[in-house]
Amino acid sequence: MSKVSQFFKRFYLGLVLFFLYIPIVVLIIQSFNAGKSRAKWEGFSFTWYEQLFHNTSIMNALWVTVSVAVLATIVSTIIGTLAAIGIHAMKKRPQAVMMTLTNLPNTMPDIVTGVSLMLLFIFANIPRSYTTMLLAHISFDIPYVILSVLPKLKQMNRHTYEAALDLGATPHYALLHVLIPECRQGIVTGALLAFTLSLDDFTISYFTTSPNVQNLSTLIYSATKLGISPTYYALSSLMFVVLLVLLLVVNKRTKEA
Amino acid sequence: MVENEHLIDLNHITKEYDGVTVLDDISLYIRRKEFVTLLGPSGCGKTTTLRIIAGFETPTSGEVLFEGRDIVSLPPYKRRVNTVFQKYALFPHLNVHDNIAFGLKLKKLPRAEIDRRVDAMLDLVNLSGYGKRRVDALSGGQQQRVAIARSLVNEPEVLLLDEPLGALDLKLRKGMQLELKSMQQRLGITFLYVTHDQEEALTMSDTIVVMRDGHILQIGDPKHIYDEPANAFVADFIGESNILRGTMVRDELVHFAGQDFPCVDFGFGEDAPVDVVIRPEDIMLVGEDVGQLTGTIRSVLFKGVHYEMIIDCGAATFKVHSTTMQPQGSRVGLSIVPFNIHIMRPMERPGREG
Repeated sequence: MSKVSQFFKRFYLGLVLFFLYIPIVVLIIQSFNAGKSRAKWEGFSFTWYEQLFHNTSIMNALWVTVSVAVLATIVSTIIGTLAAIGIHAMKKRPQAVMMTLTNLPNTMPDIVTGVSLMLLFIFANIPRSYTTMLLAHISFDIPYVILSVLPKLKQMNRHTYEAALDLGATPHYALLHVLIPECRQGIVTGALLAFTLSLDDFTISYFTTSPNVQNLSTLIYSATKLGISPTYYALSSLMFVVLLVLLLVVNKRTKEA
Repeated sequence: MVENEHLIDLNHITKEYDGVTVLDDISLYIRRKEFVTLLGPSGCGKTTTLRIIAGFETPTSGEVLFEGRDIVSLPPYKRRVNTVFQKYALFPHLNVHDNIAFGLKLKKLPRAEIDRRVDAMLDLVNLSGYGKRRVDALSGGQQQRVAIARSLVNEPEVLLLDEPLGALDLKLRKGMQLELKSMQQRLGITFLYVTHDQEEALTMSDTIVVMRDGHILQIGDPKHIYDEPANAFVADFIGESNILRGTMVRDELVHFAGQDFPCVDFGFGEDAPVDVVIRPEDIMLVGEDVGQLTGTIRSVLFKGVHYEMIIDCGAATFKVHSTTMQPQGSRVGLSIVPFNIHIMRPMERPGREG
């Protein structure tokens, strides 16, 4: 009896995973299909990958995506780490208020964040561009950095910072040489998380960029309207692999910490 | 050993947090090379006093003088004091050597000089060869030694220690008490030590400051505090005591437990209410016929060095320590020499003597 129920449990789980991942598997297989037809396998080939790297609009979008992700990661990691240190030093009440304000954007649907940022830029009369997209990415990355640095600060002996001052360190020196090294693990995890989120964001980018500055996700979205070329299968497959690796690294770090 | 010059003066220090007074008009001084202990139950303000001297707290009012100069507005990193924290607060991302070298690096000493002084310190705290170890790989006692070395290497004028032995087990604590005391004498550094452990205070200190509820109850050397406690609280806190309500009949005669006793105290006036304090080891058990009081032994506990007996004398119950045991239920006589009867006004608050 238990063997049968065991079998059904596994079978059910397998079914769930199968339906979750079959589209991606199909996508990856199709990206190696030599023919243009999706119904017929015409042999294994790297054609689409070659075309991918010769397609200037895709290469431009790749540059936008990566550069936005890198810049947003750097800026949000700095701001987020300093914010976490500030929040940690607060008294209980204001700290609780700050944490709610930090958590709120994470629970909000991306579409709400995207639309409200767009409205903000319109309201402030800032034309949407690369810069507005970058600002948007920084703003949605910051809470994640705060949330990964704060637990590290909480774990720390509350006298460690005072010990540094006591030994002659100025507050500035103590920040750079004691506080930040102490929560380095949390900072790196936060940065990786910010980079991953920035890399695969579509909704917020869509609302905050101009039509002539496209990142990969907005480019793919506009391409689907015209009928999609298998080049995009290759592109999507690559993005999937990169994000998968990043996610595995983040998960491993979070478990170790 | 202790010099007469005042190194630190606290004058009328008051500290309030959100309207709650944690230190109420505290005044005390610390002399050069003195080992001063702030002793009291938790919440008495001893740690706050220490943190005010270290510079982590600013007093609401009053002045902190260091060699006669007010340092209230001086940040901690400019004060010539170092602190050993309760749970050590070592830097986990640095190894033992770099933890100890932290303060010296800030002073921009040459590398060779730093290494020499760190090695000398490791030697002093019996951790030679541990320089490359991670601090979280050390035992509690070893971490404690690193914390002490990290502070002492800076050659502070005063070393502040906040219950530094609190996390160690009894045997290790006893050993460290002796080591700390001998270190203090050898290096000639002033120590300000915070503890709630009266035995620790009696063992190590030149001067003990007994505190309670943000007030100083008594300041004196260990023997003085033990033998002449200023009030019933100090007597009870330092060692064990029998504390009874009594009346001072006249000079050198006190009435308690239904009887008059000759004593050596005077100046309380006639028929004044007083607290009478008698140490359990100062009550002698004698024959029933020759005692000043007679009573029945209610219980006997073996305490290692002595027996602790509770004796019911009708009008009062006494705790008595004696190396000879009397069986439970037997009748005994109690005798107290006048010198061992301590008379005090209920809760007085004296300043520092001598």
